[in-house]
This record gives sequence, structure tokens and C-alpha cells, in this order.
Amino acid sequence: MNFRKITLVTFGNFEIDFLQKLVIKINAEFFINIQIKEGYFDISDFYDPGRRQYDANKLLYYFDNKYATDDSKTICLINVDLFIPIFTYIFGQAFLGGRSGIASIYRLSNERYGMEADPDILSERIAKEIIHELGHTFGLIHCHTPDCVMRSGTYVEDIDQKNISFCSNCREILLL
Amino acid sequence: MNKKISILIVDDEDSVRDSLYNWFIEDGYHVECAENAKVALFKIESAFFDIILVDIKMPGMDGMELLRRIKSLKNESIIIIMTAFAAVDTAVQALKDGAYDYITKPFDPDDLSHLIRNATKQISLAHENEILKDRIVKLENVEDIIGNSAAMKKVLHQVESVSQSNSSVIISGESGTGKELIAKAIHSNSLRKYFPLVSVHCGALTESLLESELFGHEKGAFTGAMYNRKGRFEMADNGTIFLDEIATVSTKMQVELLRVLETKTFVRVGGNKEISSDFRVICATNRNLKQMVEEGSFREDLYYRLNVVNINVPPLRERIDDIPLLTAYFIKKYCVSMNKPPIPIDASAIKRLEEFDFPGNIRELENMIERAIVIGNGKKITMKDLPLEKSTIHSSVESLYELEKIHIIQILNKYDWNISSSARALQVDRVTLYNKIKKYDLKSTDKK
Repeated sequence: MNFRKITLVTFGNFEIDFLQKLVIKINAEFFINIQIKEGYFDISDFYDPGRRQYDANKLLYYFDNKYATDDSKTICLINVDLFIPIFTYIFGQAFLGGRSGIASIYRLSNERYGMEADPDILSERIAKEIIHELGHTFGLIHCHTPDCVMRSGTYVEDIDQKNISFCSNCREILLL
Repeated sequence: MNKKISILIVDDEDSVRDSLYNWFIEDGYHVECAENAKVALFKIESAFFDIILVDIKMPGMDGMELLRRIKSLKNESIIIIMTAFAAVDTAVQALKDGAYDYITKPFDPDDLSHLIRNATKQISLAHENEILKDRIVKLENVEDIIGNSAAMKKVLHQVESVSQSNSSVIISGESGTGKELIAKAIHSNSLRKYFPLVSVHCGALTESLLESELFGHEKGAFTGAMYNRKGRFEMADNGTIFLDEIATVSTKMQVELLRVLETKTFVRVGGNKEISSDFRVICATNRNLKQMVEEGSFREDLYYRLNVVNINVPPLRERIDDIPLLTAYFIKKYCVSMNKPPIPIDASAIKRLEEFDFPGNIRELENMIERAIVIGNGKKITMKDLPLEKSTIHSSVESLYELEKIHIIQILNKYDWNISSSARALQVDRVTLYNKIKKYDLKSTDKK
């Protein structure tokens, strides 16, 4: 792995405790320096009034141009409802083998599904989503191992069912 | 299936193509995109795609027209139609025109995952099906029919020419000549090969059982008919029905059979609904049906209905040239099945087999070889391992002198020229046996 760090750029209000827990979980998988940065840009440019959602494709391209660097894998952490033109929603996406990815907390909270808030579950879900997108930036494709973090998940239940870690095959590809 | 699934995305919107491209790439598929139908057709003509996702609304040639063009190319790709408008009539038309499914944009990610998963499952099943079909063809090949003799070559030539037709066939020949194998060969070389070959041994069933077996029965048709049951004619739909020992069928059943063969329809026992089935009939008999017709025990009209093509399988004694080949085949077959190394056979034993009458034909030879491998020493099959009844040995010997000489040689060979054992078997004393050996000038190299 040629990169030296992982950078987490946050947009919106995230509590420091919440972010620190995330860093510990991500670090447990990648064993590498993780930086947290606060990002600023007007995300209204990416809002689609017709869908009342944010265009993840456009956002990701913009984010990659503005925040990504060659020596880091950079993840945009955001709290808005993301879509890509073809899908009703997405949790996140990344450039396969690229420098950056995007992950949204919006559809990961229990409250979204009429359940009681659970910060631990939320932290676990977003950590899995970030690690998943980071996996893509390292060139990993979706994995068929049932509990691997790289398994494709389209519902929060899918995210809950998988582990927070890579399976041995994915780990081998990553040379972790 | 280890092959990477290839997907072609055909959509005029960049954002749609990019989104799907990224999504599928992350799933590990090989993905290509086309911005219009023209580019898509060019790509389809130069490479095969397992799945093609086509947008309905495109400038120029639309998705429906592209679907029809792809189908006209006899392309086996799975085509999924994408539409921004959930128009049911368009979707129905797409399915009628051969699309695998349709999906309305924007998709729920899970719906697309399911759709692609099902499509890949179908591709994998189709691939597996092809492999299995190839295997069936290999397994049921005419290679199983062993024979280089002119008589067998004639039979194989007949099999080849009759296979492609739908004509009824009568295979006649003595018991154990391999009539069923010939029927299998005709079926497996015909266009019906992927459909069942249903065998019925008419001789093994009573009239009422045969009726129920052939036509099936409805629940409650007779005592013990607890369920509806399909008959063999029904099971053989699109395939072949093989009626073994057709000569044993009763006169009443002959009438029923004739009717079924003429109309290809029948009614289950106890039922009233007419069922039709498209089958080919192959019959086998070890009797002379023509003679039975003359005697009045077999219906003439049924005989002519069945006897479109007649294949006569020669008895083994008329194809002596095939005995070494068949022997080698059975030795190999049974050594493999018994997990033994290949066992050679003594030349003298082969010679004796060639002289044997084989009233039970190939079945008898097969059993003989199997027995020799089971009870033999495992190193070589010799004459003493073969239960050749001397009464059935072809012999032109008429003189008592020759007969005695041959018999003594046989016994000596059987006991490996052990004089005491041979004398005991011949029920003479050793001195008498020595005298006979001297009289006939016998040597241990004499084989008979």
C-alpha cells in the first residue's frame, strides 16, 4: 500500500466522541494513521429538488477534486440522503481503486425506520460503510463471503448482518 | 461457473451509464457501455454479453427495436429492459418480444441486485445444462455398442439412418443380443435425445398392469389406485417409448396399442379425459412377429404399424469376429468396477470362446467374463475360469476316438495337467490316464 494515511472529511455536525469511536474501529482494520478534517462546501449545488435527495455522483466528483490527495484515501462523511440517477438511494459509493469515497449516515440511524435511537448501532453501521467504501478505493470488489464487510448491502439489515472486518480473502488482496 | 459475467449497458444518459457501470464493476462483473442502439449492436456483433440492460427511451432506435434486432441475431444474451415509465403494456410487449425482465427507473438497489442475481443464476443453469447435455450424449453414445463385424456394422449403419426419422422401429434378435442398447442408440442419436427414453418390459406385466403402466390411471380406478398416475406414453412425451418383448402383449392390448399409435391419444384407466403425447415407438422382440401374424397370434395391422423399419441384431455366434473385442470390453468394464488392474486373457481361452455357441448371446459372455474376474486368480483369465459347457461347444467331431481325445485334453487343461486330479475327474486310475496320453500322443501344449 503506497498511501500513508486515511482522511475522514466530515460535513455537518458530528460529535467528537462519535468520530473518535469511528477512528478506533477503522484503525482496527487498516492499522494506519487516520486524520479527521472538517469540510465546508455548499451542498445545495448537489440537491435534486425532483427527488429531494443529493446526487452522490456529482458530490463524489466534486469531493475528489477538492479534498482527495494521492498519498491518502479520503472519505467524505455526510448526513444527507444520497442517490445516483439509477437508484432510489445509496448508503455510499467510491472510486474503485481511486482516491476517495463517500458515506452517508442518513439512512443508517434507527430513527429513520421508526425505532429507538441507538448510537452504538449507528456507529457500528457507519464504520462498516466507511470501511466498505475504503475497501473499494483499494480496488476490492463486492465479496460473497456472508460476513465480510465487502459484502454488498442494500438494506441496513444487510449491514447489521455482516462483520466490521474483511474476510481472509479480501485481507490477502489488501495485503493487510 | 467461474467465467466472469459480462454486462452491456445501453442508455443515452451518461449519468445512468456511469452509475450502473460503477455499481456492476464493484460487484466484479465485466461491464461495457453503449450510448445508443447502433453502438450497442456493433458491440453485440463483435462480442458476447451475458446480460444486456437496455433503456427503452433512446433517440434513434429505441430499446424495443433494439431488443427485436438482438433477438433476430439469435443472440442468447439475457436482456433486461429499463424504463423510466412504469408502462405495463410496454413491459408486457418487451417480455413477449423475448426480454428476460424489465425494471423501472430509478431502481431500488435491492431489486437490481435480485434481478441480476437471478439472471446470473439462469446463465449458470443454462451453462450447466449445456455441459450435462454434452455428457448425456457422451454417456449414451453408440460407442457402447461394441462390434467390428460386418453384421454389426450393418446394424450400426441402420441405427444411424433411422435415428433422424420418427418412424417406428422393430428390433428383432435373440435374447441377450443387446436390443435395448440399440434402442438407446437410436434415441440418443435422434432429435428427441434430450427428452426421456421410457422403457416398458411388456413380458414382465400382466394385461391389467400393463394397461395401467402404459396409459396411467386415475385415483380410485381400481383397488390400490390411491393416486393419479402418469402412464409411460405420457412420460415419453417428446421422447421415445421402448416396448420390450412386444410379442408377449395380449390381443386386447394389441388393439389398444394400435389405437394409441394411430391417434397418439389415450385415456387413463378410470379416466375420461383424452391425453395426447408425442412419442416415437421402438419395439423389441425375440420372436418372429411375421410368423405370429400368419399364425394369428399377433395383429397384422399392428405389425405393419410397428414394422416401418426392422433392425435385426445378429446373435453372437454369427459375429464371432466381435468376441475378442467384446471380451476385452467386458474385462475392462469389470476390472474397473471391481477396482482391479486390467487382467489379460489367455489366447486359448479366447479361441474357446469363439468356438462357443453362446445361446444367451452377449449377456452370457458378459456374465462369463464377470464370473472369471470374480473367481479367477486375478493374474490371467484362463480356460478353467470360463464355465463353457462342453455340450454347447461347436464340434464337428463325430468319432469316438476324437471325442475321447478332446475330452481328456479338456480335463488335463482344466487341472493344469495334474495327472492325479485329472484322473480323479475322469474316474480312471493314473496308469490308465498315462496310457491314454501316450495313445493319443498328448502334450501339455495341446489346447482344445
